[in-house]
Amino acid sequence: MSEMIYQLQDLKVSFADLSRKPLLGAAPRTEVLKGLSFDIPKGEVLGIVGGSGSGKSTLGRALIRLIEPDAGSIRFEGTDIAHMSENELRPLRRRFQMIFQDPMSSLNPRRRVGGIIAGPLSLQGFDNIAARVDEALDMVGLPRQFAARYPHELSGGQRQRVGIARAIALKPDFILADEIVSGLDVSSQAQILNVLETLVRELGLTLAFISHDLSVIRRLCTRILVLYQGEIVENALTPELFSNPKAAYTRTLLDAIPLPDPDQVWS
Amino acid sequence: MNYLSIRDLTVRLSNGLPLLRKVSLDVEAGEVRALVGESGAGKSMIGKAVLGILPRAARLTGGAILLDGENLETLSPKERRQRIGAKVALIPQDPLTALNPSRRVGPQITDRLVDILDWKRDEAEARALELLNEVHIQSPDRVMKSYPHELSGGMRQRILIASAFAAEPKLIIADEPTTALDVTVQKQILKLIREMQERHQTALLFVTHDLGVVSKISQSLTVLYAGKVIEETSVRSFFAGPKHPYSRALLAATPKYTDPDGSLMPVPDSVISAVEREVAAFDEQLNG
Repeated sequence: MSEMIYQLQDLKVSFADLSRKPLLGAAPRTEVLKGLSFDIPKGEVLGIVGGSGSGKSTLGRALIRLIEPDAGSIRFEGTDIAHMSENELRPLRRRFQMIFQDPMSSLNPRRRVGGIIAGPLSLQGFDNIAARVDEALDMVGLPRQFAARYPHELSGGQRQRVGIARAIALKPDFILADEIVSGLDVSSQAQILNVLETLVRELGLTLAFISHDLSVIRRLCTRILVLYQGEIVENALTPELFSNPKAAYTRTLLDAIPLPDPDQVWS
Repeated sequence: MNYLSIRDLTVRLSNGLPLLRKVSLDVEAGEVRALVGESGAGKSMIGKAVLGILPRAARLTGGAILLDGENLETLSPKERRQRIGAKVALIPQDPLTALNPSRRVGPQITDRLVDILDWKRDEAEARALELLNEVHIQSPDRVMKSYPHELSGGMRQRILIASAFAAEPKLIIADEPTTALDVTVQKQILKLIREMQERHQTALLFVTHDLGVVSKISQSLTVLYAGKVIEETSVRSFFAGPKHPYSRALLAATPKYTDPDGSLMPVPDSVISAVEREVAAFDEQLNG
């Protein structure tokens, strides 16, 4: 059996529901993740799908400890990081990186592309930073001269490639990609997916890819986790999920995708 | 008969840069036409030009917009507003920003009927209730009294659909009405728009970037690139094989989960430069 990069056991996350907060006392809590257990083997590309409010982004954020779970354990390469303090987490931070949904708001508009990619590298104490920035730009297929440009001078697809370059420059073990193509046109979306596919193949990346779009997930992911209202309703290998979806919700989701085909009839 | 007929419409920025390049397009009475293109192609700009709400920096510099046979450009601003108010409605993209967050839903539906079309308030309210029923909203009385933030995205989009159909317009412009929604909700909303459109026999100009959505909603489509019409055809023949290389590339870039290997080819640079050359050649003619 292959080695696990992540092992999750009964993960629970809740948020305070401020809209129902009484005048005095604490707000009631809404459970967003209701006890999730699953593993991510090394080198796997895991797709996380679900409707809005299903908890997919919350799960992603818990994986890289941007939020602390209420209960349960998150083992990252054997170490439970679920309740680690910020200080204990800092040496691990380089090893799990994130690519954000909106490349415009996740890139500092006042810094050049080169500076944006170099920032985390110098914080983590890397040497040969200029060479590493060039290498990262090469890997995402952007010309090296782009290091001197500002984010607003790039197209949406190019900006998202900068986001990917920033994440992979740190040579992480795990990358979380949260809806990174949903704001893009189909043609730039296809480019980004091709870049990710190549990186996964060449660098042996482990990737969690959050999306609401099963067509995109099918292209990229080896395994798919379907979330519905904070629970895992299906966890299956990609070909299996598409040929024989077990959960009723998965079938609803598949059925709702508008195929570019006028012969598909909606019930 | 064409209910909306756009002839050689050219819109330019104040510095002369063209946003729409001699766009011609027709929507027949009761027909659904999709308007497809990538971001920046000018698809929303066409809807804005028809409604007379172009951004301040953009100016209509040529062509004509005929609504029900009448050239809108020859009307006074007041007449134009009245024609548009009575005959055209918009279903906007984002159901949250399109509704005023500090007002209840009911008056936001009836405003147009009362203020522009001079209905009596109780008639307008009865009509709003009837329409909320039509868009399958449970307990419409309660929803009329709700604020937008108390409703889900799908509910809000249903309300905007009800509001668009309220005055029985002959033409509805839908500007990416499902982009902000989940796939399962998108399916319900698309089916609802189709159902309402068929029942009321409204002409529909449906702006979208999603070819999957096009195949579910419309009978004909117009493909735009850089404000220029690239292809105009029926949905059947488009999906059987688009004629223009750019349309073909766009279709190949559209993900299709039933065909994981055959889909998602990025639009090749050669196609982009060919279509750019085509637009540049057209510009010489346009400016010359």
